[in-house]
Parts: sequence; structure tokens; C-alpha cells
Amino acid sequence: MSAPLLEARALIKDYGAKRAVNGVSFCVEPGRCFGLLGPNGAGKTTTVEMLEGITAPSGGTILFRGAPVGPDYRQEIGLMFQSTALQDFLTVREALDTFGHLYRRRAAFDELVRHCALEDFLDQYANTLSGGQRQRVLLAIALANRPALLFLDEPTTGLDPQARRRFWELIRDIKAGGSTIVLTTHYLEEAHALCDEIAIMDHGRIIAQGRPATLLADHFDESVLILPPDQAPALARAGIATQETLHGLEIATREVNATLRRLLEVDADLSGLRIRTATLEDLFLELTGRELRG
Amino acid sequence: MNGLIRFWVVWKARNREFLRDRASMAWNILLPLLIVFGFSMAYTGDGPAQYRVGLYGTVAEGIDPLGDLPHIRRVPVTDLDAAIVKVERHQLDLLLDVPGGRYWVNRDSPHGEMLARALEAVRQPPPVRQQVSGAAVRYAHWLLPGILAMNMMFSCLFGVGYVVVRYRKNGVLKRFKATPLTAFEFLTAQLLSRLWLTLSITTGVFTLAWFLLDVPLRGNPLALFTVYACGAMALICLGLIVAARLSSQELADGLLNLITWPMMFLSGVWFSNEGLHPWLQRLAELLPLTHVTEAARAIMFDGAGFAAVAPHLAALLAMAAVFLLVGARSFRWE
Repeated sequence: MSAPLLEARALIKDYGAKRAVNGVSFCVEPGRCFGLLGPNGAGKTTTVEMLEGITAPSGGTILFRGAPVGPDYRQEIGLMFQSTALQDFLTVREALDTFGHLYRRRAAFDELVRHCALEDFLDQYANTLSGGQRQRVLLAIALANRPALLFLDEPTTGLDPQARRRFWELIRDIKAGGSTIVLTTHYLEEAHALCDEIAIMDHGRIIAQGRPATLLADHFDESVLILPPDQAPALARAGIATQETLHGLEIATREVNATLRRLLEVDADLSGLRIRTATLEDLFLELTGRELRG
Repeated sequence: MNGLIRFWVVWKARNREFLRDRASMAWNILLPLLIVFGFSMAYTGDGPAQYRVGLYGTVAEGIDPLGDLPHIRRVPVTDLDAAIVKVERHQLDLLLDVPGGRYWVNRDSPHGEMLARALEAVRQPPPVRQQVSGAAVRYAHWLLPGILAMNMMFSCLFGVGYVVVRYRKNGVLKRFKATPLTAFEFLTAQLLSRLWLTLSITTGVFTLAWFLLDVPLRGNPLALFTVYACGAMALICLGLIVAARLSSQELADGLLNLITWPMMFLSGVWFSNEGLHPWLQRLAELLPLTHVTEAARAIMFDGAGFAAVAPHLAALLAMAAVFLLVGARSFRWE
């Protein structure tokens, strides 16, 4: 394992009497994508803002390349906030130029434009762009200094599915180029698709951390059978416990064959049967609960 | 060097933002011109309906030193020197020093000459004639320095105060905070961008009014420019105080109105402050707009130079320094 590029040690953030982040520690290795997940109010945005240098920690240490972060840290990082307005009446070209000149090291302009596919609206005012175009511009700005570490805070929130997948491709390209990424997202599918390692936060603490596949294997050894809702009487006859979800009636089981045999015995109609394995969403809900958060 | 580059790009971006906002630009240029041209048209007529005679000194009750001369507005004055200046500017048609037995008349004023003859006929022995000279200052001309100052005030306060609060609210400041840009570099870029834009507009509008309306400029043009530059600096720094922490545009709007409206009416923009209650006059001296207006009028109409307006310049610079210190120290990105 290589030495971490970024390390959070026992980070704490208090807002008055309320402790928003309570002893968070993790490492991000070079060239990896680290995902920080959690329900609303879990403390992930505060944690990331401390790592970005936006908010000062109340306690703990942040190390970059093994040393506490200093004034030059901002030269090394790139950030993309969930919602950032650009100055009115500036074109995309001018916005990129402005941000590029704030750093000692600058990405080649043409490369940035090509990489983030900005050619078609380079001379358009930034406040007239669509959601997907805007996010690509913000990503290009985040890359303007060829950052060693890139923070992406819910970068695809509000985008349509096509724009979201296009954005994922961009992030994969950035990752393939060797960049290190810290990603916060509400989309667990996004975390699964992009992250090498994830940490799930709740109530200001990390409650699970590891590679997505490992975490799923550690927490789930069941498969889920899904039947249409009209099969409820047959399931009742079979005496099998189910959970009603948006997808249908779900049966979690380790014994798939035996369960299917039992269903056939009670004449259940299996033509609408689907089988799936556990996802990060299952893990997330198992760890953080199903109650609605603010 | 890097700091200078960062300042330069942020300054350039702010200039572009302002210059491309055509509605805002047009308002900054058109408002003062419309007011001055409007008043210029409104006050073009055959002369005042009444003559204005200044009366200096105690007058016995029930006795009118002007006898029963009709169509005269009697204006009591307490400062003889200031009143003589008003005769020079045709703001008074004649000035009578009742106990001193003297009167002042402007030899260039036809109204003054008529009144002088009428006065010598009604007062025996006739008071001693003192003669001054000077062209009339039309109300539209007299307004110009104050209107320019007022326009500058709106531009500086809203152009810095409101804009920075908007930046804070929509996340522009937070994004800048995450870069190597320092608060000093950001604020300097905002201040200097607004300073040169405001001075360019003020100079342009003044030149246009001077050219089209024949507004007098009897003093040093450089002194006039310096007055507006110091005034703009003080007002921009005042805007910075409003911008320092607020993130609500509505609250910023209210605060800026709270600052601008009293300044507009207490700083002598529309009418002379002489008629104000003494404590209001003292309060007006604490307002940057008062110093800009008074110093600019002194330069334009009385031919004042740097020395004469030095106290106003000193006051404006002192205010700028205090406002800058308070604004910069209390500034927060978020």
C-alpha cells in the first residue's frame, strides 16, 4: 500500500454545543477515488469542507503528503461544490481564464476544454448554460490547476440520467489519468460505479469503511427474490416473510433453491420473478436506518 | 508577483461584469444626466417671480427696512461674508446691512440694479453702495456637483456592498476562498475596479454636462478630480462595511438605503444646508457626501484650489481609512 496522499486524523467540528463531526479518521491513497456517503446531516459536508480548507476543524489533524496542511495546500487541490454560481456576464472562456490565473500551476487551456467537452459553449455567458454544461464548466474550473487532489461535492445532483452518465465518464477519465478524488454523493449507484473505497458516515462518525464489494460481502450473504404484489396470497400460503417495496414483494434468503421449491409447491406464479444481490443502497439503509432524515 | 496576477484577473473579471451589465451601466450614466438636464429645462424662464434681498443685522420690530416695496422676498442672513458670495452668484439680488447703512449689489445683475435704485428711493439717507461682480450660478449648474456625488454614492455603495453580498449568497465567495486568492487581493480588486469605473463615469458625465450646458469650472480641474476620487474611495470603503459579513441581499438593500437616503438629503445635494438646524448641520459634516459636494462646488463656482478644499480632502481620506479598517477587519468569505 502506498503512502496516503490525504489523511484525516480524529477530525472534530463543533458548532456551539452541537458536535457535527466526531473523531473522523481515514486515508486517501494516491490515484484512488474515495467516496464519502451518509444521510442528510451525517456530517459529510462539514468533513469535506474541513478537508478543503473552507472550514477550520475544532480538533484533529489533516495531513497532505504526510505533513499538516499549510498555505500551499490550496495550490494542490481542486474543488467542485454542489452549487456554485459564476460571476454574471463572464463567458466560460473568461471564467476558466480567471480561475486558471489564480494558481501557480495551470492546466493547458485547450486540453481542459477538450477534456470537459466545452467547445460548443466556450463563448457563452456562464449563467446561460444548462445544468449539465454548467457542471462540466465547474469541473473544468476544478481542474484548472492540474490538482493533485480533486474534491467533488455531489457533482451530479440535479442532472438528468444522460448528463449524469456523461459526467461519470469524465470522472473515470480523470481517474485514469492518475488523479486522486474525494467524492461525496447521495447517489449510491454513482459511488458504486466510481469509488475504489467508501466511508459511510452517520451522526458525525464513520460507521463503515472499505471497498464497496468487501463491505457488501461483509454485511450481506443473502439474495433477494422479487415477486409482483399480486403474489401476496401465494406467499402467505407458503409462510414466507416478505417486505413490500417499490419494486414488489422482496424475499431475502440464503437458500434460493429451497425457497423457489416452496413457492412452486403453493402454486405461486413465478413468471414475474426477479433475483438480485444486495446493493450499496441496501447496505446504506441497513447501516443508517430507514427513517426519514431532515 | 502571483498576488499581482491574482488581483489583476479578479479586477478584470469585475470590470467585465460591470461593463457588460448594460442596464446598470446605462442607469449610472443616464440618471445624473437626466436630472441635470431636467432641472436645466425646468429652470429656464424669464427670471424669478420675486426679487430676493438679504437683510443683515437686527431689524426693529414692525419696521420694514425696504419700506413697502412689493415683489421682494426678505431673506434674513447672519453671515455677512457668505451672503456677499451669494450676491456674487446672483443667489441674492441685493444685500442690505441695516445697522451698517451699506448695501451690496452685483453690477452684472439687472435685477440688482433695479433694486438698488428702488432702495435708494425708499431709504433716506440712502445706504452706501458696495459693488461686487460675478456671473449667475444657475440652479441646474449648482446641482451638478451634488448630483455627480450622489450618483457616485449609489454606484460605490451598491456596486461594492450589494455585489459582494450577492457573491456571498450565491457561493462565488466560497469558491474564491478555496483558491489561493487572499481576502486582501479580492477586496483590493473590488475596490479599485469600482474606483476607476466610477471615476470614469463621473468624469464622462461632467465633461458632457460641461460641454452641453456650459457649466462653469473656475477652479483647478485636478483638484476637482481629486475630490471625487477621495469621495469615491470613502464611499466604496463604506460599502465594504455593509459587504463585510451580510449574506442576505434584502438586508443589504435595506442597510444601503438607510445609509444613502439620509446622505442624499443632508449633504446639500438638492438645497443648501444653511437652512438646516445646527445639530443637523453638524451631523451632515460626518457624511462623506457633504464634503464631496461642498468641495466640488467651491472648486467649480468659487475657483477654489487644493489648499481651499484641503480640509474636505483630509476628512474624506480619514473616513476612507476608518471605513476600510473596519470593513477589512470584519470581512468574512462566508
